[in-house]
Amino acid sequence: MSLTREEVAKIAHLARLALTPEELEHYQDQLSAVLDYAAHLNELDLAGVEPSLHAIGGASAPRQNVMREDVITPSLPLEDVLFNAAETDQDQFLIQSVLDE
Amino acid sequence: MDPALLTLTELRAALRRGDTTSLAVTQAMLDRIVAYDNDLFCYLTVTDEAALEAAAAADRRRAAGEDTPLLGIPVAVKDIICTAGVRTTAGSKILEDFIPPYNAFVIDKLTAAGAVILGKTNTDEFAMGSSTENSAYVTTRNPWDTSRVPGGSSGGSAAAVAAGLAYGALGTDTGGSVRQPASFCGLVGLRPTYGRMSRWGVIAFASSLDQVGTFGRTVTDCATLFQVTAGYDPRDSTSLDVAVPDCVAALTGDIRGLRVGVPREYFIEGIEPEVESAVRAAIDQLAALGAEIVEVSLPHTQYGLPVYYLIAPAEASANLARYDGSRFGPRARGEDMIDTVERTRALFGPEVKRRVMLGTYALSAGYYDEYYGRALKVRTLIRRDFQAAFAQVDVIAAPTSPTTAFAIGERADDPLSMYLADIFTLPLNLSTACGLSVPCGFDSRGLPIGLQLVGDTLQEARILNAAYAYEQATEWHRRRPPDPIKT
Repeated sequence: MSLTREEVAKIAHLARLALTPEELEHYQDQLSAVLDYAAHLNELDLAGVEPSLHAIGGASAPRQNVMREDVITPSLPLEDVLFNAAETDQDQFLIQSVLDE
Repeated sequence: MDPALLTLTELRAALRRGDTTSLAVTQAMLDRIVAYDNDLFCYLTVTDEAALEAAAAADRRRAAGEDTPLLGIPVAVKDIICTAGVRTTAGSKILEDFIPPYNAFVIDKLTAAGAVILGKTNTDEFAMGSSTENSAYVTTRNPWDTSRVPGGSSGGSAAAVAAGLAYGALGTDTGGSVRQPASFCGLVGLRPTYGRMSRWGVIAFASSLDQVGTFGRTVTDCATLFQVTAGYDPRDSTSLDVAVPDCVAALTGDIRGLRVGVPREYFIEGIEPEVESAVRAAIDQLAALGAEIVEVSLPHTQYGLPVYYLIAPAEASANLARYDGSRFGPRARGEDMIDTVERTRALFGPEVKRRVMLGTYALSAGYYDEYYGRALKVRTLIRRDFQAAFAQVDVIAAPTSPTTAFAIGERADDPLSMYLADIFTLPLNLSTACGLSVPCGFDSRGLPIGLQLVGDTLQEARILNAAYAYEQATEWHRRRPPDPIKT
């Protein structure tokens, strides 16, 4: 299948990636090629096949919901949490305003 | 004694005997890194001061009578595993200055066992690649031929161990990123069962596939590192609360009666003849050691690659959503919040952008069932293939990669040809099996070839012992690449 330039631009925006016009063109070809390859899966009859929703399962190693006791334990110090942020203010991560005034 | 020629296990014995000290061998490793890593580019960060301090501490502990499994042994860690206070980049510009506030579980395990961490090794950006060419920083060279890639994504770790710039290393394996570079660099590389190794503090790529793995020059070295770093961690909800057997003690070398399956789908057109003949000779060797060879079928092998390249990018697109310039990493300020996020994320490299977009598309409304949903169902068929095979055999033997190390640049801008390097490793990640690569020969250019041994869920001890039996009957693991010629 072949993606249009507009479809690639839409995917890039959904993925929050600013792309140059050259990148858009490049990815249009490359993503189309990978999706063509993925189309091989259409050869298979998947009626009645359950999806593998868990990375590991079965009798040897069941893993479904994993819960722990609701016990309060210490968190990282605030200064460690904020250390890598580009901007902070009053012990919080600072971002640009999202809502209009 | 040239410390660079010792294996981890030999060094451990030498330290126990008092033939050398951790400080001496750590200094020797750091000297070698200074001398050779400008040609090989294994390390992104060398923690020389911390390493020397840890080595001195290890020597004091030994003098006080301690003897933990890695006491005083210098090792390397892939730069996607968080180290408290030490820059951890995941090979990405978006984490160029990221200093983790805590250690990954496996790092705490290493240091508790007494290991000396030399530094952080190069990786394809967010482990997305098979050559380290997708690192935002540098391409690591293969010590056996510096015009070639070391494999990837854990190529820095593999090259460092192969070149004698560390005695062992940690990597991660999402689609083959430990086994394939182990094969390209002539090492033993283990990808344990999903859930064996805690991913606490390991930067996420594709969460249903990611697993920490270990590199050694020998099976015993690799098993020792696995033994130390595996185990249950309640902070990782996918960590399995099951005991880790003593895999080192289980290395008896006796594989009489072991049923070894040879999957016909792994000997296909496109596999280099020298790789095929070396792997077939290795299987003959296993038979000579008493194993029973059985042909098996993994009929959905050809679908592994398309399934992987839907599931891994889908999970990556979700995992990498966190890189928005708010909590870590640089921020490219734009006109508004969305513009800032989009400009900041432009710092991702080409392969990461490609996969994030692919995953975004595969998960998007209207396409979910057609791509991601379908891939999850085919994943079930691939799992059933392995389950059916393991009803017949104990171990599956196959090539690790269809080729030996390829030239730098050869596949760099052709994603599909690059993805083919992992065609024999990634089906395992889609299943619940474990696997390893062990050296089984060299091609006519002198490049290493790897034999892949795959075991059923939690059967690491069994595949390690099969690899050990093979290793003890052969000499491949004794070869070392020459040190780079100083120019």
